[in-house]
Amino acid sequence: MTIADFTTNEMMTVAAARMLKNGTVCFVGIGLPSQAANLARLTHAPEVVLIYESGPIGTKPDVLPLSIGDGVLADTADTVVPTHEIFRYWLQGGHIDVGFLGGAQIDRFGNINTTVIGDYNNPKVRLPGAGGAPEIADQAGEVFVVMRQGPRSFVEKIDFLTSAGYLDGGDAREKLGIEGKGPTRVITDLCILEPEQGSQEFVVTSIHHGISREQISAATGWGIRFANEVIETAAPTQEELSTLRALLARTAEAHQKNK
Amino acid sequence: MADICSLKDAVASHVHDGDTVTLEGFTHLIPSGAGHELIRQKLRGLTLIRMTPDLIFDQLIGMGCAAKVVFAWGGNPGVGSLHRLRDAVENHWPQTIEIEEYSHAGMANAFVAGASNLPFAVLRGYKSTDLKKFNDRIRSVICPFTGEELAAVPALRPDVGIIHGQRADRKGNVLIHGIVGLQKEAVLSAKRAIVTVEEIVDELCPPANSCILPHWVVDAVSVVPGGAHPSYALGYYERDNSFYIAWDTIAKDRNVFIQWMEQHVLGTGNFSEFRASIDGIWAEEVHE
Repeated sequence: MTIADFTTNEMMTVAAARMLKNGTVCFVGIGLPSQAANLARLTHAPEVVLIYESGPIGTKPDVLPLSIGDGVLADTADTVVPTHEIFRYWLQGGHIDVGFLGGAQIDRFGNINTTVIGDYNNPKVRLPGAGGAPEIADQAGEVFVVMRQGPRSFVEKIDFLTSAGYLDGGDAREKLGIEGKGPTRVITDLCILEPEQGSQEFVVTSIHHGISREQISAATGWGIRFANEVIETAAPTQEELSTLRALLARTAEAHQKNK
Repeated sequence: MADICSLKDAVASHVHDGDTVTLEGFTHLIPSGAGHELIRQKLRGLTLIRMTPDLIFDQLIGMGCAAKVVFAWGGNPGVGSLHRLRDAVENHWPQTIEIEEYSHAGMANAFVAGASNLPFAVLRGYKSTDLKKFNDRIRSVICPFTGEELAAVPALRPDVGIIHGQRADRKGNVLIHGIVGLQKEAVLSAKRAIVTVEEIVDELCPPANSCILPHWVVDAVSVVPGGAHPSYALGYYERDNSFYIAWDTIAKDRNVFIQWMEQHVLGTGNFSEFRASIDGIWAEEVHE
């Protein structure tokens, strides 16, 4: 088997997509999570159920939405419910297996900041804010995070705790009585991280083809650790790559057409 | 009983300086035409409520209409920042605005509580997020049956609820379908409600289970064709993604923004004139 040419971004999306099992009920964030979740649906997991916070349940868009409530999501959904119902009945009601999130900053315990860089009352950069993420992070059965890895995004200390990972680590999350298991995977353009049992600190468990440990350390703002057994992430297959590229091409064409 | 009138008259009658106003519509049916009319009538000191402030809030904030913004996610969806919101929060331009920040679940529940005539909403959430450190209206209650501690947020009870729907009949009954967001709650939680629609028809012919707001819960209905642009109206037109991208450039610079707003919003009398004024020219303008 030969390894096809692929970018680190493609590897990230493919690795994230593989995490979703067929039939999983997934609450999807916009951007990278949406890309990965739809790739999963178009490859190994045709029965994955995608839910977006604007109201569509079981949506099957043929192009990626630019916003969380594009018409294509409603047009192709099993049902569209009011937004409050999404949060009250479907998420809080306990029907979501996996929450798929992104973020601006993440720390070693998988806590996420999407609110501000700097001080809240006098921010250096005002980010969009929480949106649906805090309750998704709390109430989904488990959470997958997909983010590009760099020293400014993978930080020693996040400036604001928007959405909970394992808080200070160990059993801090459980002690607070947070319902869901929390983040079980962080998928980046360089590697896959999983929480180390006990400490709940994220450690590298799989390194993408062609990436070195030094690259990963340099792209992380804390002294990142590697699991005892680290595997190499399987390179994208031809099917995964061609499906992803076709999806992105269809998306670009559709959004161009709307001009 | 809904008064079928021009948007100009509807805003003049129902919105006043210092009011608490919500403009809802979750990525779909965003009442942009109504937002422009608030700017044209130079309303000041408004508390603006919206789960996902986007371009219309960027415009209202940048034009100095807002004293306070209550929100959960303020961005340009699929593009990036709201530069006018950021400039107000980061640099106090054109003025200092107060912000009251929640999560989507918190605001959705707060609107339901408002529409249900309850003082607050109960939900699971806010167990660890820093939001509660900076918003003292996120509190907790003890369940009287189990002793469990749950989050509580105050009900949203705006003075004015403004939404955009697909169509109304001649009595002012309003039909909304597709992604309905929190529009029903925005109307039912508010003291006064203004609805803009694509058209007025003789018969609504609503499909079963579609969202209907009867004329007796709406104060004013105004026809504003294309009034949700650059968002979309299912069955009428698609989202203008290229406008969202162009907005990033327009909003980034204070002077470009002011000039654009003066020319296209203050310099036009209504949304149809606004649409005609930007038709085909904004793309070149921002690339100059």
